[in-house]
This record gives sequence, structure tokens and C-alpha cells, in this order.
Amino acid sequence: MSAQENMITMQKVNKWYGDFHVLKDINLTIKKGEKVVICGPSGSGKSTTIRCLNYLEKFQKGKININGTDLIDDVKVVRHIRAEVGMVFQHFNLFPHLSVLENLLLAPTWVHKKPRKEAIKTAMYYLERVKIADQADKYPNQLSGGQQQRVAIARCLCINPTIMLFDEPTSALDPEMVSEVLDVMVELADEGITMICVTHEMGFAKKVADRVIFMDAGQIIEENEPHEFFDNPQSDRLKLFLDQILSH
Amino acid sequence: MAVYTIKKAEKAPLASKGVLLWLRVNLFSDVTNSLFTLLGCYFIYLIVPPLINWMIIDATWSGTKEEIINDGARWIFIFEKFDQFIYGFYPEALHWRPNLAALISIFFILSMNFISNLKIKIGLILVYPIISFVLISGGFGLEIIPTEKWGGLMLTILVAAVGIIVSFPIGIVLALGRQSKMPIVRTLCIAFIEFIRGVPLITILFMASVILPLFFHDGIEFDKLLRALIGITLFQAAYIAEVVRGGLQAIPRGQYEAADSLGLSYWQGMILIILPQALKISIPNLVGSFISLFKDTTLVLIIGLFDVLAMVSLTNSDTNWLGFEVEGYVFVTMIYWVFCFSMSQYSKSIERKYNTEH
Repeated sequence: MSAQENMITMQKVNKWYGDFHVLKDINLTIKKGEKVVICGPSGSGKSTTIRCLNYLEKFQKGKININGTDLIDDVKVVRHIRAEVGMVFQHFNLFPHLSVLENLLLAPTWVHKKPRKEAIKTAMYYLERVKIADQADKYPNQLSGGQQQRVAIARCLCINPTIMLFDEPTSALDPEMVSEVLDVMVELADEGITMICVTHEMGFAKKVADRVIFMDAGQIIEENEPHEFFDNPQSDRLKLFLDQILSH
Repeated sequence: MAVYTIKKAEKAPLASKGVLLWLRVNLFSDVTNSLFTLLGCYFIYLIVPPLINWMIIDATWSGTKEEIINDGARWIFIFEKFDQFIYGFYPEALHWRPNLAALISIFFILSMNFISNLKIKIGLILVYPIISFVLISGGFGLEIIPTEKWGGLMLTILVAAVGIIVSFPIGIVLALGRQSKMPIVRTLCIAFIEFIRGVPLITILFMASVILPLFFHDGIEFDKLLRALIGITLFQAAYIAEVVRGGLQAIPRGQYEAADSLGLSYWQGMILIILPQALKISIPNLVGSFISLFKDTTLVLIIGLFDVLAMVSLTNSDTNWLGFEVEGYVFVTMIYWVFCFSMSQYSKSIERKYNTEH
């Protein structure tokens, strides 16, 4: 196993919503431990791309391989993939009828059949990591947005994933709370987990990403390492996009 | 430039001080409000004092029929026929059996609030109906009482309870089936729900009592009460299904996605994530539907079962006790009201209990 092992390969992935061609020939290879940031205007297919990786979205053409397993429409395969790939959503999607701790225990005890005691230990460890252990017995709606998103990250870590997907994790947060979530993500990145993040936090991209990908109209338009990406954009479309998001 | 310090939070000012102020603010705030207040008082004056006179002050509470002198309610009729209202034609010497079943039911409902162990809970849910059934019906050394003798309030509660408890899981499965991705399951569920909702309960009861036996060969005894229970359960299940579907549709897609992304299976996701939330939202409508079922059970009288209302009508034709309709119907009204109001209050308490939106 070399450090260059491919964690994710997408080959000519195509997807349609009815007649609408959302993803056009997406080719993407991500190596183990790599941090990739995907950005682009809304409707460009960036969220759809990462949602394909844990099969929340089906795709009609092409091939996806996750850590050696081909992603096919089979319950067992999909469950196996979902145990490898954790997902953090824009709107947190915590379960409001369960306490924070119960939110974290759900997958370990029901899916991975861990003993409850052990699961609690792991859950508390990760809550500690996202600095929110004191809120374990509260319900999600009693927490601030930033706290909820940190719980969502901890919930994801409890299934011990090899890949983490972040779908605009800070877009629904008040500006004050963005940094507390980003700090947790930076820490995670430092630990070497494979990470794909859809975000417009360019500071985060510069600091953490090994590679930044720009998507528009269902295609990958440009990809580069962060400094080149921001300082020396090649395509006109990316230049325009960067102008617009950095102009204020 | 200006910088302000952060102030301490203060107590909210008291909204009202004293009775007079409360009256002025709430009952006599302006001309219209005052008029409505006076009108309301007038209606209360018209209705309440005569009612209290009739029901309590002028009422006859004891003695025999011949001794009645007051012109208020003659409750001796109710006392005389009380056992029939409650138990129908159930043998008097064995009334302890339904009584015990009722007691067990109360303990059962209360215990559900206190027992947190899921296995014990499910065990109780499975054992409780068997014990109650054996107590009322007989068997295991107890004298067997045929269902023709069951009646009165006992029958009303029994039909409603079976209708509610059995239809609930069926209704949930139907609601999930209606949203299924499998076309055959979905179509069957929709067809069933829409068919049942498209016909009145009376039709279904007639069908259960007249048409159902035609499907069975001669000689197979198919209990009349059982047929009614099947009809009512199927009817109620279709309505529950629609109520639950409403709840399911209110759950944001993100909840399904989060359940999926954690690797939960369809049933795990439904049972652990989606249904608890959907049912919580549906509580008011579910209870509304249960309450209307409780009142609809009285329709079993058209297929020859004597529920509490039918018993009152029946005792009114007793030649010794002619002319006591009003007392009988007032009594039965109060019984229905007490049960329905309790259910509605119980639903409110459950809603509060499961409220996590602080």
C-alpha cells in the first residue's frame, strides 16, 4: 500500500434529472489523505458530485470506485460504501427527537452493532474533540448552528469513516459561528483523513486543500493546487467567478 | 462615536394587577367586547341554572318509581338499569371478569409511561390483550360467554380499543406502502385506502356481516362480533394511513438523507428516525381519528350488536320503565363526553412529553 493509493476514482460519471444533464463526464481521482475543495456557482453540480460518492444520488453512466469497491446499485455494496464515507450536510440534519449523544450512538449501535458502552465511550471522545461534550444530553434544537454542525461532524466521525464529505458545511451558519466549524475541519485535515469539501470559504481552501476544483454547468472546468488556482486562474469562467466572490 | 455597556436582563413587567383591571382588559375593553360579554352572560344564565336544577337540585336520586314527586331528572332509572348499560347481557355473577379486565387495562396504560425497558414493554403489549380476552370471553377453566351476550359500555370500549390498537400498525404499514418505490405495493396500498375511504362505515359493517360469510363454506361459524371488528379495523386503518402519510410528508428530506448516509437500512431509518418524528406531528390528528372511531362504534347496533347507546334504547322499551328516554340519553351523552374528553387530554399530555423544540 503506497501513499499514492487511490481512494476515489470517478470515471466519466454522467447524471440526468429527467432531461436535465447535471453531471457531464466527471473524471476525478482522489488519493488517500488528500484534501480537495470543490467550488463553483450554484447549480454547477458540485453538491451532486459528492452526493454521488455515497450514493445519495444515483448516476446513470460512468463508474465510481471507493477504496477498491465499485459503487453499484446493490444494498450490501451501498451499505459498505456508506460505512467508509461520512457526510456532513449544509443543514446539519441532526435528528431532533434524539439527544446529542443518542444522535451519535445511532449508527455505531444499530449499523455497526457495537456494544452500547463502547459506543458511548467513542461518542464522548469525539464530542470532546469537537469541544461540545458538555452538551451531550441536550437536544439539537437547544444548540446554536455552529454547535449543531460540530455535533454533525462528531456523528460522522463515530462511524470511523475513511473519507469525509462536506456539503457546504458553513453556508447555513451565522458569520460568528463559521470559524468554530472550520477550526474543527482544519484539525481533522491535519490528521490525514481523506476529505472532499464543497465550500466557498476560500481562506479554508488556501490553508487546507491539496487541490481546488472549479465546476460549472455540470463539468470540471479547472483544477489546480490552491496557490496557482487563486493567483493564476487559467479559464475566463474561473477568473470571472473569483472576481465575483472576492470583490467584496 | 459611542460605546454602550451591556445591560442586565430585567424581569418582565406584570401584565395585570387585580381583578378589576383584568376584567376591564379582557371582558370590557371596548363596546363590542362589552356587548359580547353581556350576551355571553345572558346565555349562561338561560342555560346553566335550569340545567343544574334539573340534573341535581330537583332530581330524584333514590326510592322507587312510584315515589317520584320532583319534576327533575329521575336518576333511579339509571341506577336500576346501570348493569345493563355497562355489561349488556353478560351474566351478572360474572361481572367481576370484565371489571378485572378494565382494571388490568388501566394498569397497562399507566405502566407504559413508567417502563422504559423496550423488551418488557413489547412483552406487555403482547400479553395484555390475551389476558383481557380470556377474562372476558372465557376458557382456561373460566366459563365461556358467547359474544352475543357481550354488550353495553363494555362492548363499546372493546370495539373501540381493538379498532384503535390493531388498526394503528396496519395504518402505518399502509402509509409506508403508499410511499413505497415498488409500484405493486404502492398501487395495492392506494387502492385499499381509497376504496375504504370511499365508502361509509355502515356499508363496510354490512359487508362484513352479510357478504363475508358468503366466502366461507357452510358450517363454519364466523363470529358476528369478530366480523364487525375486522370491518372497523380495516376502516380505521385506512384513515390512520392517511393521517400518518401527512406526518411523513412533513419530515424534511434531509432526515431521510442523514439516515441513509449513516448506513441505516430502510426499516431502521423508518423506525428510528422518520416514524418517531412523523407520529409526533400526527398525534393531534391521530387522536381526532380515534375519538371519531370511538363515537362511530355505536354503528355496530345496525348489525345486531348492543353497545351502550343500543342498550339505552333497548331499556327504554321496557314496559315497566317507559318514558325515561331523556335520562338515558343524557347519561349516555355524559359517558361519551367523558371518554372523548379524556382521550383529547391524554393526547395533549403526550404531545407535551415528546416536545423537544425548546
